[in-house]
Order: sequence, then C-alpha cells, then structure tokens
Amino acid sequence: MIKFTFYLFSFILIFAAVRVVTVKNPVHAALFLVLAFFSSAAIWLLLQAEFLAIALVLVYVGAVMVLFLFVVMMLEINFSQLREGFVHNLPVAGVVGFLILLEMVFVVGTWQNIPPPEATGIANTVALGMVMYTDYVYPFEIAAALLLVAMIAAISLTMRPHNRAKYQKPDQQVSVNREDYVKIVNMPSEPKE
Amino acid sequence: MPELADFLILGAILFCISIAGIFLNRKNLIIILMCIELILLSVNLNFVAFSYFNADIAGQVFVFFVLTVAAAESAIGLAILIVLFRNKGSINVEDINALNG
Repeated sequence: MIKFTFYLFSFILIFAAVRVVTVKNPVHAALFLVLAFFSSAAIWLLLQAEFLAIALVLVYVGAVMVLFLFVVMMLEINFSQLREGFVHNLPVAGVVGFLILLEMVFVVGTWQNIPPPEATGIANTVALGMVMYTDYVYPFEIAAALLLVAMIAAISLTMRPHNRAKYQKPDQQVSVNREDYVKIVNMPSEPKE
Repeated sequence: MPELADFLILGAILFCISIAGIFLNRKNLIIILMCIELILLSVNLNFVAFSYFNADIAGQVFVFFVLTVAAAESAIGLAILIVLFRNKGSINVEDINALNG
C-alpha cells in the first residue's frame, strides 16, 4: 500500500514537473508547480517528515506560489514571444537532461539499501524542535536575519516614490518669507452700480 | 516501504526535468525562477529521504534552512523581475544586456 502511494505521488510529481517546463501559459505553469509541491509534501509524509510537509504546503503553496501568481498576473507580457526557441532548444535540453539523469541513476541506483529504522516514538515536530533551538540555534538566528534582509530588500527594490503624493519639506517651510506669499494690492474701491 | 534508491532516483528525475526546463525556457525569467524552485525541491527530497533512512534529524533541519533561503530567494527574484519589467518593459532574458555580459 505504501509502495502504491509512493508510485502514485511520484507519477503525479513527475507529470506536474514536466508540465511546468513545457506548458505555454505561465499561470498554468505556476498551478502545476503547486501540484508538484503538493505531491512532494505527500511523499515527505511517507518519509515521516510531517512538520516539513505541512511547512512546504503552507510556505510554498500558501505564500511563494501566490506571490508567483500575483507577479505573473500583474505583468502584461507577450508570452508567445518568450516561447520562441523552445523547439530549437529541445534537443540540447533533452540530451543534457537525459545525460545528467543517466549519470545520477547510475550513481544513486547502486546505493546500498538501508532498512527503514524503527519508530522512535518521538513525534517528528518534537524531534525537530529539540535540535532546532539547541544545536542549531545560531543557524536559526541567521535564517531569521536572512528573512528580514530579504524582506527589506524586496520592499526597497520595488517601492518607488509616488509622484502624486505630497510631502512636507520642513527646511523650505521654515525659511519662507512673508513677501513670497502675501502681496498687498492697493486698488481703489469701485462704486456700486 | 520503497527503498532509499527509489527516493534518490525520483529526486534525480525531478532535478533533470528542471535543468532541461531552464534550457527549454531560456527566455522566460518567470519559468526559470520556477525551475529553480523545482531544483531546490528535488534536493530537499534527497535530504528528507536520507534523514529518514539514517534516522538522523539533521537532514530535516537542513531542509528547513533550504526552505528559508528558497523563500528569500524567490521573493528577491520576483522583486528584481518587477523592477526589470518596469524599466525595460520586458522579461526576456536576451533583453537584459545592459552590462554587456
């Protein structure tokens, strides 16, 4: 049963990955990437990595892929023009991909099979939490700083000052003279008609 | 339960599809970013498989950090993409030649 589940989700994962790289519309590519992340999360569940599987769904499907979809939909792009050279590159891509795959299968296919370990009785999230805040506390802090840097970088890259927005200019405000703004006009009064 | 090699081969297939995808969609920056996400996913799959079969939680900690870095990378990548589109009106990789590289 586990084997069947593994092969089912592997098939869906590979299918989705192939569609991501071959589909014409980037919106469809993003949606197929969501499918790939989902099936990958299912395979991680088979490997008893529950916390990471849930984190993958929440972080990737929930945040990163929505970001991708927003960007794809915001930009007005002629995507057919970007498709040029697809057929032209197909042989090169196929050969390179197939050769890498062949080499990797030769290497990892001969990997000695390790029997799956006995269940330890500790929940995955608990086990992860026990090392995360003790042995890996400094990498954890660095990761937090990295996310902060990424957030600031993304905001500062995309934010541009609005032309219509009105700002105060305090230095000019304190140095104004009365003569610049007030003009007294002496004109004779006119009789009522 | 499938063997360790099954998971490793699945990761290898996923990796190669993404590498081929970068070749195929050489002009479209968004698809290239998606392919990078797929590559990181296949690497994470290897980490999780080794973590399970060696009964060592450290692999999953590494996956955690890879997820963090990948999220930061895609956020900054998309921000650069938007700035690029604003300035050039295109996300074609061949139009990015201001540095004459």
